[in-house]
Amino acid sequence: MEESDSVESLCSSTTTRSDRSSGTRVSDTELRSKGRVIEKVLQCKYPSKGELPLLPEEHVQDSAKDVTYICPFIGPVRGSLSVTNYRLFFRCTDREPVFGLDLPLGVLSRVEKIGAATSRGDVSYGLACKDMRNLRFVHKEPEDSLKKSVFEVLMKFAFPVSNNMSLFAFEYKQVFPENGWKVYDPLAEYKRQGLPNESWRISKVNDHYELCDSYPAALVVPVTITDEELRRVSSFRAKGRIPVLSWIHPESQAAVVRASQPMVGQNGRRCKEDEKLLQAIMDANAQSHKMFIFDARPSVNAAANKMKGGGYESEDAYQNAELVFLDIHNIHVMRESLRKLKEVVYPNIEDSHWLSNLESTHWLEHIKLILAGALRIADKVESGKTSVVVHCSDGWDRTPQLTSLALIMLDSHYRTIRGFQILLEKEWLSFGHRFQQRVGHGDKNHTDADRSPIFLQFIDCVWQMTRQFPAAFEFNEYFLITILDHLYSCLFGTFLCNSEQQRLKEEVPKHTVSLWSFVNSQLEEFVNPLYVGYPSHVLFPTVGIRHLQLWVTYYIRWNPRMRPQEPVHQRYKELLAKRAELQKRVEELQREAANRTASSSSERAGSPTRSITPVQTFV
Amino acid sequence: MLSLGSGGAKSTKPSFVSYVTPEEIKSEKDPPKQEKHPDLLPGEVEFCSANPILKYTQDDLSQRGVFGTLFCTNFRVTFISDEKPQEKTDKTFKNKLYGENDIPLMCVDHIYGVYDEKRKLITGGLVKNKYPSKMIIHCKDLRVFQFSLTFSKEEDAKKIFQGIAHHCLEEKSLKCVFAFSYMGTPSPEMQWKQETVMFDSPEDWTQEMKRTKANCRLVTENENFELSQRLPKYFVIPLTIGDLFSYQGKGLPIWCWSHYSGCALFKASFPPVTQEDGDFQKHLDTMINAVAHNHLYSVKTEDLSESLPNIQDIQQSYNKFKQFFLIENSTDFWLSDVKWFSSLESSGWLDIIRQCLQKAVEVVECLEKDNTNVLITEEEGTDLCCVISSLAQIMLDPYYRTLMGFQSLVQKEWVAGCHAFLDRCNHLHQKDKEYHSPVFLLFLECVWQLVHQHSPAFQFSETYLTVLSDSVHVPVFSTFLFNSSHHRESVMKAESPLAQSGPLSCPTVWDWSVQFDSKAQNFFFNPLYLEKVKHDRAVRKPHKPKHQRNLSLPSTAFKTPPKKGFFKDETDSLKKMLRVKRLSRWRGSPDAPTATTREFFESWQHRPLDYHGLLLPCLDGPAVHIWMQRYLRWIPEVYILGGGSVAVMTKLMELLSQVQDLKRVLEQRDSSQAAKLDHRPYFQHRLLSFDSSGRLSSSFPFAYTCYRSFKPIIPTGLMQSLMVTDSLASQEDEASSVVSFV
Repeated sequence: MEESDSVESLCSSTTTRSDRSSGTRVSDTELRSKGRVIEKVLQCKYPSKGELPLLPEEHVQDSAKDVTYICPFIGPVRGSLSVTNYRLFFRCTDREPVFGLDLPLGVLSRVEKIGAATSRGDVSYGLACKDMRNLRFVHKEPEDSLKKSVFEVLMKFAFPVSNNMSLFAFEYKQVFPENGWKVYDPLAEYKRQGLPNESWRISKVNDHYELCDSYPAALVVPVTITDEELRRVSSFRAKGRIPVLSWIHPESQAAVVRASQPMVGQNGRRCKEDEKLLQAIMDANAQSHKMFIFDARPSVNAAANKMKGGGYESEDAYQNAELVFLDIHNIHVMRESLRKLKEVVYPNIEDSHWLSNLESTHWLEHIKLILAGALRIADKVESGKTSVVVHCSDGWDRTPQLTSLALIMLDSHYRTIRGFQILLEKEWLSFGHRFQQRVGHGDKNHTDADRSPIFLQFIDCVWQMTRQFPAAFEFNEYFLITILDHLYSCLFGTFLCNSEQQRLKEEVPKHTVSLWSFVNSQLEEFVNPLYVGYPSHVLFPTVGIRHLQLWVTYYIRWNPRMRPQEPVHQRYKELLAKRAELQKRVEELQREAANRTASSSSERAGSPTRSITPVQTFV
Repeated sequence: MLSLGSGGAKSTKPSFVSYVTPEEIKSEKDPPKQEKHPDLLPGEVEFCSANPILKYTQDDLSQRGVFGTLFCTNFRVTFISDEKPQEKTDKTFKNKLYGENDIPLMCVDHIYGVYDEKRKLITGGLVKNKYPSKMIIHCKDLRVFQFSLTFSKEEDAKKIFQGIAHHCLEEKSLKCVFAFSYMGTPSPEMQWKQETVMFDSPEDWTQEMKRTKANCRLVTENENFELSQRLPKYFVIPLTIGDLFSYQGKGLPIWCWSHYSGCALFKASFPPVTQEDGDFQKHLDTMINAVAHNHLYSVKTEDLSESLPNIQDIQQSYNKFKQFFLIENSTDFWLSDVKWFSSLESSGWLDIIRQCLQKAVEVVECLEKDNTNVLITEEEGTDLCCVISSLAQIMLDPYYRTLMGFQSLVQKEWVAGCHAFLDRCNHLHQKDKEYHSPVFLLFLECVWQLVHQHSPAFQFSETYLTVLSDSVHVPVFSTFLFNSSHHRESVMKAESPLAQSGPLSCPTVWDWSVQFDSKAQNFFFNPLYLEKVKHDRAVRKPHKPKHQRNLSLPSTAFKTPPKKGFFKDETDSLKKMLRVKRLSRWRGSPDAPTATTREFFESWQHRPLDYHGLLLPCLDGPAVHIWMQRYLRWIPEVYILGGGSVAVMTKLMELLSQVQDLKRVLEQRDSSQAAKLDHRPYFQHRLLSFDSSGRLSSSFPFAYTCYRSFKPIIPTGLMQSLMVTDSLASQEDEASSVVSFV
């Protein structure tokens, strides 16, 4: 076994690096220290021997010894496997240091038996994950045929919704110092934007979700439009998703308005109230006598929608409005693109064809189109001082991608940690991005055509912007990865259900913990040390493919070779720590000098030499 | 309207300010009375000029530009704008020799002429008769200039076009290179000389041997190039080599560097080919034996001409690669953006970089893990041998990751080591393409990958590397002008004008004060560099190898699988093998070394990272990047306004200066420690401030764009980029909509 040495050393690192944090497998070594904190919070420190570290209300459902995990990077690893109502533990028994896997069952999209049992009675199971990896296990079929295999138990708990059970988020009862459900208060957010004002009012027409069940209760509409007129508009817009304000420019009063497609149909139906509403939106902004309607779809698809009753605003009906198509493809194209990307990056990368393989997935091209779309929106609002209406078909996938990215470009508030949380709560959650459908929480139907990585794509775009503007965002990469990990984990209630109405009905805030409770209780982990908050600073990213990169630390984080050894941020944090330390010492000395005579300071002789080299500390 | 119109480098001087507006020129169609002239360098002579010439601004589609005068001198092509220089062109990073509108003649790569809307590559034949309406100049530093010749008088336009074409494209003799006319006063501060080891004296070599504890012999017999003109003046060989003259200057194993364990890296050209095969074999045997005797009788050899692309491949690949960055207009940019990744891949440039780094890692593995001597060979021994040996030394020896160490390394391996810079860079525009190849640039590219992956380990910044890559084409420095030490000496002696006493001396590139003032030189330093705690403050203290930490892994972890054919440990069996197989056949199956270096990399990766120890690059596809700063700095479409690494730099500098201030406060308070002030020179004056960092673009400090309107760059032709052909695109947008709307 020539290999064994290296295998072992690799394992050790995989263990230490991968299993620090429950639920969140953090790729970056930057997070070595972070992991520790999270462990504490989630109480899942991995003990070297004995009991499994369980969360409150987490219970072991079944376990099996003698399971082999076929690791694509280090080869087969033998150990024991436990399944709880929240996650899967795999621990290698015959290795030192311990190798382990710890993944929330929520990330599983598919569990299946591969092939028939071999002559030795071994059966193989494949676990496809939503977070860009596949796991494979081999274990002995229990001799007692009445006993269920651990993987059958796994299947039951991995897909609770399909088995009429509740998601773990409804059982998890961790208490955090802060209540994340209070992060977003729509009225407070609108107030921050200066709303209501003389042109815009907050309508209660959707208070009971009667106008539109996928919209939030509070809607901002032009003052000149009555609730009755809004009701008529709602019958003309797909799913009743009428044009409402998302954001208003503090100076020019140009507004970003979101909607769904108009139900124009083949006969070119018109709706007087809808036309009036758009005119009112334009009029609310005195600076411009024009407005732009951004249809996120390729024009061909938008036209094809007419066959199904949908369509786009005609120039006749909406004068002074210019329609622009942004050529962003639908959820199915995006799903396929991500599937190809997974093939290219997991488990092995073909180095010599890496670039052309990457190109063939089109993933970065989609990212480019989305960013380019958002950039055009932001440009019209900022440079052109014109109001814009953004829609796609239903206005809950491409529309939130575009509006929230444009808002990040336009408003520095959304680049802070709390501001970003508000942005997600507002543009994505309250406006009804169908998280349940797109992610398929606890649902075993992995081929469901409603699943699509729309939100992941948005986070990727945000990451691209953080790369281009390393000092403009208060949060770091780990914050984004944490959000994505808990998008799937089903530990928190934040991303459950499809709309605000559903979340209220299910009493999600009452019965689950918000992801923001967890995040905001340890903010220091998510802070970008390079952050400089320039107020009222608009960001215009470069959208050329030349400046877009694959998010290696997310998509290829399972590959041990791709792990950065020590990111620059770590050094940066050390510098900050050094500064703090020096600052403290200066203050100390000042106090000392005030108290004592000058001669006493010689006691401190040794320390300045130590502090000369700014950063030596390795964590 | 005109954003780049700040004129030549020295345009702030009042004598070159034109008070004539472009409109006036246009209406009169006559050159203004007031003649403008470039601010000439000492020794620079003006050849010809034309006015008015329109220089197109690169950053927009509308083909607007600036009117001005185009000059050709014996140093450069320069454009002086008629516009008043903008008030705020206070550049912190300004090259003293040439400005943003100057193109050193040596830096011109290709010239295209546009004749009746058709673009033609200008070669000798086209020059004579017609002159084009538009002249496009592609530079070796990847700038693109476009000049319209239609506004000036026909004879002027013809003269300037022919002049530029002649001086930039025609084959010329070395004597015509500007360096021999340049009369710059040598810089008074000879700081560089004290710190960069030039390897032009026996002492330098002795010192280097002492530093690395090498047990070899310094050869001084070639002082007058009697052994060979292709060999360095001084060099170091294994102790056991006796009769030097029998080598005919070929196939001598030349020492590069010694590992602290005693094993060493050697490079050699191929032994002379004689009629008798036996001689060749005998020669090989002696060569290998000599290296093996250096330490523990083990040697591993690698024929680089067999396992790496040859210099023509490198040249071809780079020619393809650079085209992607010579962008003439926005439309081209967005069109090429579509197939960006596959174009990059098809050029093969990144793959060549990967292969070189891979080979260097293999060499490092032999030295570090197996402690065997390594002998790398190649036809001439001065191309890829230089690349691989320098890279291996950077990975192994933290001294070479300091600025002075790096410069010394380039001197040792490349300049004193006789890399044929003149031929490889084609400074003389020779038509014979066989000898041209950007080998040195390839080396810098590989170093950049290391810097990019492990920036705290390097004292120098990527800006330094970019500037160095540009300086190769600035015909002022002696460093990159010659093919060998012999060549340098003979030319320098011959060129020495009788009137002057002593030999002619051009500045070396390491005298950075020739190009940049000390404030600009601050950009060469990496603010993230993790300095080693040193108790002694000698600037060039012989480096004590501190590799002990790397050995913390039990030796069993380093158990290597037996190698098949490749790198035999046993010299006898090696010799046996040699008798049947020629030098170029030593390499075993191609997969074997890759697999072991992979293992070597992984075991290194799992140890705690020590920036002052061994450094290895990750070579997986996603880890090899494009040197963005060098290649994208002139393309306005990719400028990130207010973003990019400048933002980080600014923040870092600010933080560093705060730390410095605090320290100073501490030191002042601590009167007894006052004498022990921090002596590191560059930290002291590193307190730069970028007042408007929010508005600087990512191309800083190279291209300055004063964006008055803060406009984003909106891509054009997006849909051409993405034609999703499968049926998914036409599928229902939202699957659920079928249910509710049918």
